[in-house]
Amino acid sequence: MTNWLNRLIPSLSSKLEGDVSSHIPKGIWNKCKQCDAILYQPELDRNMHVCQKCDYHFRLSARQRLSLFLNQNTVEELFQTVKPLDRLKFKDTKKYKDRLLSAQKTTGEIEAILCMKGALDDVQVVALASDFNFMAGSMSSAVGEKFVRAVDHALGLKLPLICFAVSGGARMQESLFSLMQMARTSAAVEKMKQQGIPFISVLTDPCYGGVTASYAMLGDINIAEPKASIGFAGPRVIEQTVREKLPEGFQSSEFLMEHGAIDMVIHRHHLKATITRLLRRMLAYQHSKVGLLAHHKDF
Amino acid sequence: MNPNYLTFEQPIAELEAKIEELRLVGSNRGVNLADEVINLENKCAKLIQSIFKSLTPWQISQLARHPKRPHTLDYIKLIFGEFDELHGDRQFADDLAIIAGITELDGKPVVVLGHQKGREVKEKIQRNFGMPRPEGYRKAARIMSFAERFRLPIFTFIDTPGAYPGVDAEKRGQSEAIASNLALMSRLKTPIISTVIGEGGSGGALAIGVCNTLLALQYSTYSVISPEGCASILWKTADKSAEAAAAMGLHADRLLELGLIDRLITEPLGGAHRNTVEMALQLKQALTHELQKLSTLSDTELVEQRYSRLQIFGVP
Repeated sequence: MTNWLNRLIPSLSSKLEGDVSSHIPKGIWNKCKQCDAILYQPELDRNMHVCQKCDYHFRLSARQRLSLFLNQNTVEELFQTVKPLDRLKFKDTKKYKDRLLSAQKTTGEIEAILCMKGALDDVQVVALASDFNFMAGSMSSAVGEKFVRAVDHALGLKLPLICFAVSGGARMQESLFSLMQMARTSAAVEKMKQQGIPFISVLTDPCYGGVTASYAMLGDINIAEPKASIGFAGPRVIEQTVREKLPEGFQSSEFLMEHGAIDMVIHRHHLKATITRLLRRMLAYQHSKVGLLAHHKDF
Repeated sequence: MNPNYLTFEQPIAELEAKIEELRLVGSNRGVNLADEVINLENKCAKLIQSIFKSLTPWQISQLARHPKRPHTLDYIKLIFGEFDELHGDRQFADDLAIIAGITELDGKPVVVLGHQKGREVKEKIQRNFGMPRPEGYRKAARIMSFAERFRLPIFTFIDTPGAYPGVDAEKRGQSEAIASNLALMSRLKTPIISTVIGEGGSGGALAIGVCNTLLALQYSTYSVISPEGCASILWKTADKSAEAAAAMGLHADRLLELGLIDRLITEPLGGAHRNTVEMALQLKQALTHELQKLSTLSDTELVEQRYSRLQIFGVP
């Protein structure tokens, strides 16, 4: 596939190496990671970044995700001022500070998670999405902070919270501070449960470690996109531990559903409609009780 | 090289072997070598002092998993009363990597649970080197809810390389088991005091570590990933574990400095394994004192204190 393409458009083929799914800025063509089909980018965009040939779900940036999901023109971004903090002055082969700067430059985001208030048809929600292009969507203190603020905001307005998780896990450069975000975010979700405000977790490819082992698994409803890789330990770590090849489809969305960890696997095309329907039903009693329609005044 | 001593403890091992030899010679031949032995013992104490005066974070990481380091059950025996161990998650199995039960602290009933590593090879395997599977966390959850029902304070002891990264653990929902414990512990209406006694390995440690008060023994560590794991990801080689340990600041005195733990408990000279009885005594005093401090809080205040304790790890 690459050969004929290489002859045809030499400059493009080099760009096709590595993860090009979401950041060829002005690319006309994209290649499906699953079936290798060459896809016309504008068409791929129209198809919500799902391969028309094989239904492969391309990774989305946080901003792409929320703009696809929420009604346009209702969106208000929240907590934009929350910035990452290098408490440990961490340095490996590079300074954490520099890794942050370069992640901020490539993504145009301040942190690995975005929070927006918006609507799904007539249901108002608070929504979060993490960004894999920003240090593998890892959970830092600032990510935890935005998550907790989103919960408090949702609780204050009695709005449901939807979170799109994509993450390699906790951010190593913040060591124990990042680990503590697992406890913080889980405790925050527990507050939502105690107050009966819906929390829907959507797990997208890939989702691992401290994120899966905290808020992402704690949804009133857990949903995954098809064929996403989701787990606690990464496949390489497991292979090294058990010294055997992992079974086909291990840690896929479908595997998780088969083992009872998630409620449903939903195609990206149907996510918005499904979540809207679920929320309407989950909120029906609450709304009838207070005589409050989805269009309430303080929104 | 003596496998019961770490590399930097080898000079101590040699000196102690000499002392032992001298004792043996003395008693076998009826020669009085007492002065000589005392002399060497003093020398040994000085040697330990000088080695332990300036330990690197990497050396402390090794001490935290020292082959002779006391485990949860050792402390249970020395600190608490008769221990009635409770078993099983009521769903799948009894995970021996986590032990839990009812006992007494100074005559008052309490619930104690913790990771348990094995001592001999067979026991190590039975206890999966202190790496719990989901059923271990679910057993912990069951017994912590039990503690809340009967208004029993909970003491947890953290000592694990991490949650078990295995196929079976993933199938049975390792992530969910950990996440659920974090959520559960955040709202239990009973005091929870956690102590890192050895290795605090990531989510597998935190899953029994959401607490009102977090203590750590002097030579224990607590971090998001092991120094080896961190080094192989960020430096692309496990040879940089020492650098990774230093960068992460995972040892107790650094954690105290950073406000991540509430109290550090000093270890006896040369580490907890050199005088477990003394260590247990120190730990018991700390636990009693910390429980006393929490006794003035109401149920709601306990939950609020635990929640707000986590909020200090946010950003402005």
